[in-house]
Amino acid sequence: MFEMVIYVSIFCFSLSMLGLIYRVIKGPTMPDRVVALDAIGINLVAVVALGSIALRTSEFLDIILLIGILAFIGTVAFSKYLEKGVIMESDRDGNY
Amino acid sequence: MKTNDLILQTVSKVILFLIVLFSLYMFFAGHYHPGGGFVGGLMTSGAIVLMLLAYDIKTVTTILPVDYKKMIAVGLLFAAGTAAGGLLFGVPFLTHAFTYVDLPLLGKTSLHTAVLFDTGVYLVVIGVTMTIIQTIGESE
Repeated sequence: MFEMVIYVSIFCFSLSMLGLIYRVIKGPTMPDRVVALDAIGINLVAVVALGSIALRTSEFLDIILLIGILAFIGTVAFSKYLEKGVIMESDRDGNY
Repeated sequence: MKTNDLILQTVSKVILFLIVLFSLYMFFAGHYHPGGGFVGGLMTSGAIVLMLLAYDIKTVTTILPVDYKKMIAVGLLFAAGTAAGGLLFGVPFLTHAFTYVDLPLLGKTSLHTAVLFDTGVYLVVIGVTMTIIQTIGESE
């Protein structure tokens, strides 16, 4: 019963990731794609957590934090690009 | 338009140290658990990239005056030196040795020469990643 619940939820998460991948490819505007990529990162965290429950191991728990940090940095980079049009400034005075 | 990135700068000041701490944890957790020099180096360069995003290249080079190309050389020296060190003792290339030592506070700990090799990998990964990112990121 319990394992069935885990497998069904992994299936639902993969369906939702398919929908998000459709949004990343099709997404009419850039912010749509960025939000979809961020949500894919969050879904990956959920899938890794469910997988570590299904495999009865705690070794994957570091990977969750890793994916979270990488998704955060990626979202920050995309947001800054959308907001300012530049990712890394050379100095604070607004020179690019 | 002047944008306001106070929240990003304040948050990244705190999160930066968490990421560096987590990368050191990943570095030392390697060999018996998931982790190691490669992913530790990637996390550390992720922390530096976060600093580059929140601030700017000039500030980061003032804080960390490191030549990343020299860091690649030092890392390769560590890795190749540890690998070649086995030849001095008449064992095959890349052989590593380990022993169990009773350290204060940590208890029985296994000390590997593989850690030195991983230090080389860590430095090479930081050097290569930051060289690529800075070369792509800076405009002329």
